[in-house]
Amino acid sequence: MHGFANPARFLRIARWLTPLLFGLGLLLAGGALAWGLTQVPPDRLMGETVRILFIHVPSAWLGMAGWTTIAIASLVELVWRHPLAGIAARAAAVPGATFTAICLATGSIWARPTWGTWWVWDGRLTSFLVLLFLYFGYIALAGAAQKDAAGGAGGSRVIAIFGLVGAINIPIINRSVVWWNSLHQPPSITMGKSSIDATFLVPLLIAALGFSLLFGGVVLARMRTLLAEIQTEARLRRKAIA
Amino acid sequence: MAEGLDQWQFVIAAYAVGVAGTLSLAGWAWTAMRRAERRRDEARDR
Repeated sequence: MHGFANPARFLRIARWLTPLLFGLGLLLAGGALAWGLTQVPPDRLMGETVRILFIHVPSAWLGMAGWTTIAIASLVELVWRHPLAGIAARAAAVPGATFTAICLATGSIWARPTWGTWWVWDGRLTSFLVLLFLYFGYIALAGAAQKDAAGGAGGSRVIAIFGLVGAINIPIINRSVVWWNSLHQPPSITMGKSSIDATFLVPLLIAALGFSLLFGGVVLARMRTLLAEIQTEARLRRKAIA
Repeated sequence: MAEGLDQWQFVIAAYAVGVAGTLSLAGWAWTAMRRAERRRDEARDR
Protein backbone atom coordinates (compact mmCIF):
# COMPACT_ATOMS: atom_id res chain seq x y z
CA MET A 1 0.00 0.00 0.00
CA HIS A 2 2.87 2.37 0.80
CA GLY A 3 4.05 1.88 -2.79
CA PHE A 4 1.19 4.19 -3.81
CA ALA A 5 2.09 6.76 -1.13
CA ASN A 6 4.40 8.42 -3.63
CA PRO A 7 2.30 11.05 -5.48
CA ALA A 8 4.50 10.76 -8.61
CA ARG A 9 3.87 6.99 -8.82
CA PHE A 10 0.15 7.53 -8.16
CA LEU A 11 -0.05 10.15 -10.93
CA ARG A 12 1.70 7.84 -13.42
CA ILE A 13 -1.07 5.26 -12.91
CA ALA A 14 -3.92 7.78 -12.57
CA ARG A 15 -3.09 9.51 -15.88
CA TRP A 16 -4.12 6.50 -17.99
CA LEU A 17 -6.62 5.02 -15.51
CA THR A 18 -8.84 8.14 -15.18
CA PRO A 19 -9.97 8.40 -18.85
CA LEU A 20 -10.31 4.59 -19.02
CA LEU A 21 -12.68 4.54 -16.01
CA PHE A 22 -14.65 7.51 -17.38
CA GLY A 23 -15.01 5.93 -20.84
CA LEU A 24 -15.88 2.40 -19.68
CA GLY A 25 -18.19 3.73 -16.95
CA LEU A 26 -20.15 5.96 -19.33
CA LEU A 27 -20.41 3.15 -21.89
CA LEU A 28 -21.64 0.51 -19.42
CA ALA A 29 -23.94 2.79 -17.41
CA GLY A 30 -25.42 4.35 -20.58
CA GLY A 31 -25.91 0.92 -22.18
CA ALA A 32 -27.53 -0.55 -19.06
CA LEU A 33 -29.89 2.44 -18.69
CA ALA A 34 -30.90 2.19 -22.37
CA TRP A 35 -31.44 -1.56 -21.87
CA GLY A 36 -33.54 -0.92 -18.78
CA LEU A 37 -35.57 1.76 -20.52
CA THR A 38 -36.32 -0.11 -23.75
CA GLN A 39 -35.80 -3.87 -23.34
CA VAL A 40 -36.99 -4.80 -19.84
CA PRO A 41 -40.70 -5.76 -19.51
CA PRO A 42 -42.96 -3.95 -17.01
CA ASP A 43 -43.12 -5.54 -13.56
CA ARG A 44 -46.28 -7.31 -12.40
CA LEU A 45 -46.72 -5.03 -9.37
CA MET A 46 -44.74 -1.88 -10.11
CA GLY A 47 -45.49 -1.68 -13.82
CA GLU A 48 -43.27 0.61 -15.92
CA THR A 49 -41.83 2.33 -12.83
CA VAL A 50 -39.62 -0.72 -12.20
CA ARG A 51 -37.19 0.86 -14.71
CA ILE A 52 -36.25 3.44 -12.05
CA LEU A 53 -34.46 0.51 -10.32
CA PHE A 54 -31.51 0.79 -12.73
CA ILE A 55 -30.65 4.31 -11.62
CA HIS A 56 -31.94 4.32 -8.03
CA VAL A 57 -30.19 1.18 -6.74
CA PRO A 58 -26.67 1.92 -8.13
CA SER A 59 -26.99 5.45 -6.70
CA ALA A 60 -27.89 4.02 -3.29
CA TRP A 61 -24.92 1.62 -3.37
CA LEU A 62 -22.54 4.40 -4.40
CA GLY A 63 -23.92 6.84 -1.81
CA MET A 64 -22.98 4.28 0.87
CA ALA A 65 -19.77 3.21 -0.92
CA GLY A 66 -18.66 6.86 -0.95
CA TRP A 67 -18.80 7.13 2.85
CA THR A 68 -17.24 3.67 3.26
CA THR A 69 -14.34 4.93 1.11
CA ILE A 70 -14.08 8.04 3.31
CA ALA A 71 -14.04 5.91 6.48
CA ILE A 72 -11.39 3.44 5.21
CA ALA A 73 -9.18 6.22 3.81
CA SER A 74 -9.56 8.18 7.08
CA LEU A 75 -8.49 5.12 9.09
CA VAL A 76 -5.44 4.63 6.83
CA GLU A 77 -4.62 8.33 7.19
CA LEU A 78 -4.88 8.24 10.98
CA VAL A 79 -3.07 4.94 11.58
CA TRP A 80 -0.43 4.76 8.83
CA ARG A 81 -0.13 8.47 7.96
CA HIS A 82 -0.51 7.54 4.29
CA PRO A 83 -0.09 10.88 2.46
CA LEU A 84 -2.62 10.10 -0.27
CA ALA A 85 -5.27 8.61 2.05
CA GLY A 86 -6.55 11.99 3.25
CA ILE A 87 -6.73 13.20 -0.35
CA ALA A 88 -8.64 10.04 -1.36
CA ALA A 89 -11.13 10.60 1.48
CA ARG A 90 -11.77 14.22 0.44
CA ALA A 91 -12.00 13.18 -3.21
CA ALA A 92 -14.81 10.69 -2.45
CA ALA A 93 -17.01 13.26 -0.68
CA VAL A 94 -18.56 15.18 -3.61
CA PRO A 95 -19.30 12.09 -5.78
CA GLY A 96 -20.69 10.31 -2.70
CA ALA A 97 -22.95 13.28 -1.90
CA THR A 98 -24.08 13.52 -5.54
CA PHE A 99 -25.11 9.85 -5.72
CA THR A 100 -26.83 10.12 -2.32
CA ALA A 101 -28.84 13.11 -3.62
CA ILE A 102 -29.68 11.23 -6.86
CA CYS A 103 -30.79 8.21 -4.80
CA LEU A 104 -33.06 10.36 -2.61
CA ALA A 105 -34.54 12.22 -5.60
CA THR A 106 -35.17 9.13 -7.75
CA GLY A 107 -36.49 7.24 -4.71
CA SER A 108 -38.96 10.05 -4.03
CA ILE A 109 -40.08 10.05 -7.69
CA TRP A 110 -40.49 6.24 -7.52
CA ALA A 111 -42.39 6.45 -4.20
CA ARG A 112 -45.17 8.69 -5.53
CA PRO A 113 -46.75 6.16 -7.97
CA THR A 114 -45.91 3.04 -5.90
CA TRP A 115 -46.51 4.17 -2.27
CA GLY A 116 -48.86 7.08 -3.02
CA THR A 117 -46.56 9.60 -1.31
CA TRP A 118 -43.32 11.43 -2.15
CA TRP A 119 -41.75 10.89 1.28
CA VAL A 120 -42.17 9.04 4.59
CA TRP A 121 -40.10 9.59 7.72
CA ASP A 122 -39.17 5.93 8.13
CA GLY A 123 -35.81 4.42 9.07
CA ARG A 124 -34.42 3.91 5.55
CA LEU A 125 -35.32 7.29 4.07
CA THR A 126 -34.41 9.25 7.19
CA SER A 127 -31.03 7.54 7.67
CA PHE A 128 -30.23 8.16 3.99
CA LEU A 129 -31.14 11.84 4.38
CA VAL A 130 -28.84 11.95 7.41
CA LEU A 131 -26.08 10.53 5.15
CA LEU A 132 -26.56 13.48 2.76
CA PHE A 133 -26.25 15.94 5.67
CA LEU A 134 -23.12 14.12 6.88
CA TYR A 135 -21.61 14.58 3.39
CA PHE A 136 -22.47 18.31 3.49
CA GLY A 137 -20.80 18.61 6.91
CA TYR A 138 -17.72 16.70 5.73
CA ILE A 139 -17.35 18.82 2.57
CA ALA A 140 -17.72 22.07 4.57
CA LEU A 141 -15.23 20.86 7.21
CA ALA A 142 -12.69 19.74 4.57
CA GLY A 143 -13.02 23.11 2.79
CA ALA A 144 -12.47 25.02 6.04
CA ALA A 145 -9.47 22.83 6.97
CA GLN A 146 -7.92 23.41 3.54
CA LYS A 147 -8.09 27.18 4.13
CA ASP A 148 -6.58 26.74 7.63
CA ALA A 149 -3.81 24.57 6.20
CA ALA A 150 -2.94 27.38 3.76
CA GLY A 151 -2.54 29.62 6.81
CA GLY A 152 -0.31 27.15 8.58
CA ALA A 153 -2.78 25.24 10.82
CA GLY A 154 -3.81 21.61 10.23
CA GLY A 155 -7.33 20.19 10.52
CA SER A 156 -6.64 16.92 8.74
CA ARG A 157 -7.06 14.72 11.83
CA VAL A 158 -10.40 16.33 12.75
CA ILE A 159 -11.78 15.59 9.27
CA ALA A 160 -10.49 12.00 9.43
CA ILE A 161 -12.16 11.46 12.82
CA PHE A 162 -15.42 12.92 11.46
CA GLY A 163 -15.14 10.50 8.49
CA LEU A 164 -14.74 7.56 10.87
CA VAL A 165 -17.54 8.59 13.27
CA GLY A 166 -19.95 9.21 10.38
CA ALA A 167 -19.48 5.60 9.24
CA ILE A 168 -21.82 4.49 12.06
CA ASN A 169 -24.69 5.55 9.77
CA ILE A 170 -23.79 2.98 7.06
CA PRO A 171 -24.85 -0.22 8.97
CA ILE A 172 -27.91 1.72 10.24
CA ILE A 173 -28.96 2.44 6.62
CA ASN A 174 -28.28 -1.17 5.64
CA ARG A 175 -30.28 -2.73 8.52
CA SER A 176 -32.99 -0.04 8.76
CA VAL A 177 -35.53 -2.00 6.69
CA VAL A 178 -35.01 -5.05 8.93
CA TRP A 179 -35.04 -3.23 12.31
CA TRP A 180 -38.01 -0.90 11.72
CA ASN A 181 -41.35 -1.07 9.92
CA SER A 182 -41.02 0.61 6.54
CA LEU A 183 -42.80 1.12 3.24
CA HIS A 184 -39.40 0.43 1.68
CA GLN A 185 -38.91 -3.18 0.66
CA PRO A 186 -36.41 -5.39 2.55
CA PRO A 187 -33.02 -6.15 0.91
CA SER A 188 -33.49 -7.89 -2.48
CA ILE A 189 -29.82 -8.77 -2.89
CA THR A 190 -27.83 -10.26 -0.01
CA MET A 191 -24.50 -12.14 0.00
CA GLY A 192 -24.75 -14.66 -2.85
CA LYS A 193 -28.58 -14.51 -3.02
CA SER A 194 -31.05 -12.44 -5.00
CA SER A 195 -34.83 -12.34 -5.11
CA ILE A 196 -34.72 -10.29 -8.35
CA ASP A 197 -35.45 -12.11 -11.62
CA ALA A 198 -32.52 -12.36 -14.07
CA THR A 199 -34.43 -10.16 -16.57
CA PHE A 200 -33.96 -7.25 -14.14
CA LEU A 201 -30.83 -8.44 -12.31
CA VAL A 202 -28.45 -8.56 -15.32
CA PRO A 203 -28.99 -4.94 -16.49
CA LEU A 204 -29.00 -3.84 -12.82
CA LEU A 205 -25.56 -5.40 -12.21
CA ILE A 206 -24.20 -3.89 -15.45
CA ALA A 207 -25.57 -0.47 -14.44
CA ALA A 208 -24.01 -0.87 -10.98
CA LEU A 209 -20.64 -1.78 -12.55
CA GLY A 210 -20.82 1.15 -15.00
CA PHE A 211 -21.74 3.70 -12.32
CA SER A 212 -19.04 2.26 -10.02
CA LEU A 213 -16.36 2.68 -12.72
CA LEU A 214 -17.58 6.23 -13.31
CA PHE A 215 -17.46 6.86 -9.55
CA GLY A 216 -13.87 5.55 -9.51
CA GLY A 217 -12.98 7.85 -12.42
CA VAL A 218 -14.47 10.87 -10.65
CA VAL A 219 -12.61 10.04 -7.40
CA LEU A 220 -9.32 9.76 -9.34
CA ALA A 221 -10.03 13.05 -11.13
CA ARG A 222 -10.77 14.74 -7.78
CA MET A 223 -7.54 13.30 -6.30
CA ARG A 224 -5.57 14.65 -9.27
CA THR A 225 -7.27 18.05 -8.81
CA LEU A 226 -6.48 18.22 -5.09
CA LEU A 227 -2.87 17.09 -5.68
CA ALA A 228 -2.39 19.67 -8.45
CA GLU A 229 -3.79 22.43 -6.18
CA ILE A 230 -1.39 21.44 -3.37
CA GLN A 231 1.58 21.36 -5.79
CA THR A 232 0.64 24.76 -7.32
CA GLU A 233 0.32 26.30 -3.86
CA ALA A 234 3.71 24.89 -2.78
CA ARG A 235 5.44 26.17 -5.94
CA LEU A 236 3.95 29.66 -5.66
CA ARG A 237 5.04 29.82 -2.00
CA ARG A 238 8.58 28.71 -2.79
CA LYS A 239 8.78 31.37 -5.51
CA ALA A 240 7.39 34.04 -3.16
CA ILE A 241 10.04 33.20 -0.53
CA ALA A 242 12.93 33.01 -3.05
CA MET B 1 -51.35 2.50 -9.12
CA ALA B 2 -55.08 3.04 -8.47
CA GLU B 3 -54.82 6.76 -9.26
CA GLY B 4 -54.26 6.09 -12.95
CA LEU B 5 -51.01 8.09 -13.04
CA ASP B 6 -48.92 8.04 -16.20
CA GLN B 7 -46.03 5.87 -15.01
CA TRP B 8 -43.75 6.90 -17.88
CA GLN B 9 -43.68 10.50 -16.61
CA PHE B 10 -42.13 9.27 -13.35
CA VAL B 11 -39.66 7.01 -15.19
CA ILE B 12 -38.53 9.87 -17.46
CA ALA B 13 -38.24 12.29 -14.51
CA ALA B 14 -36.10 9.81 -12.55
CA TYR B 15 -33.84 9.11 -15.56
CA ALA B 16 -33.50 12.86 -16.24
CA VAL B 17 -32.43 13.53 -12.62
CA GLY B 18 -30.02 10.56 -12.59
CA VAL B 19 -28.43 11.17 -16.00
CA ALA B 20 -28.16 14.96 -15.57
CA GLY B 21 -26.68 14.58 -12.08
CA THR B 22 -24.14 11.95 -13.15
CA LEU B 23 -23.06 13.79 -16.32
CA SER B 24 -22.75 17.10 -14.45
CA LEU B 25 -20.61 15.42 -11.79
CA ALA B 26 -18.36 13.75 -14.40
CA GLY B 27 -18.04 16.93 -16.49
CA TRP B 28 -17.28 19.11 -13.46
CA ALA B 29 -14.67 16.66 -12.08
CA TRP B 30 -12.95 16.35 -15.48
CA THR B 31 -12.81 20.09 -16.26
CA ALA B 32 -11.71 20.99 -12.69
CA MET B 33 -8.91 18.42 -12.97
CA ARG B 34 -7.71 19.78 -16.34
CA ARG B 35 -7.83 23.36 -15.05
CA ALA B 36 -5.91 22.53 -11.83
CA GLU B 37 -3.23 20.57 -13.71
CA ARG B 38 -2.84 23.39 -16.25
CA ARG B 39 -2.37 25.91 -13.42
CA ARG B 40 0.24 23.63 -11.81
CA ASP B 41 2.15 23.33 -15.11
CA GLU B 42 2.01 27.11 -15.61
CA ALA B 43 3.36 27.65 -12.07
CA ARG B 44 6.21 25.23 -12.87
CA ASP B 45 7.11 26.97 -16.15
CA ARG B 46 6.83 30.51 -14.78
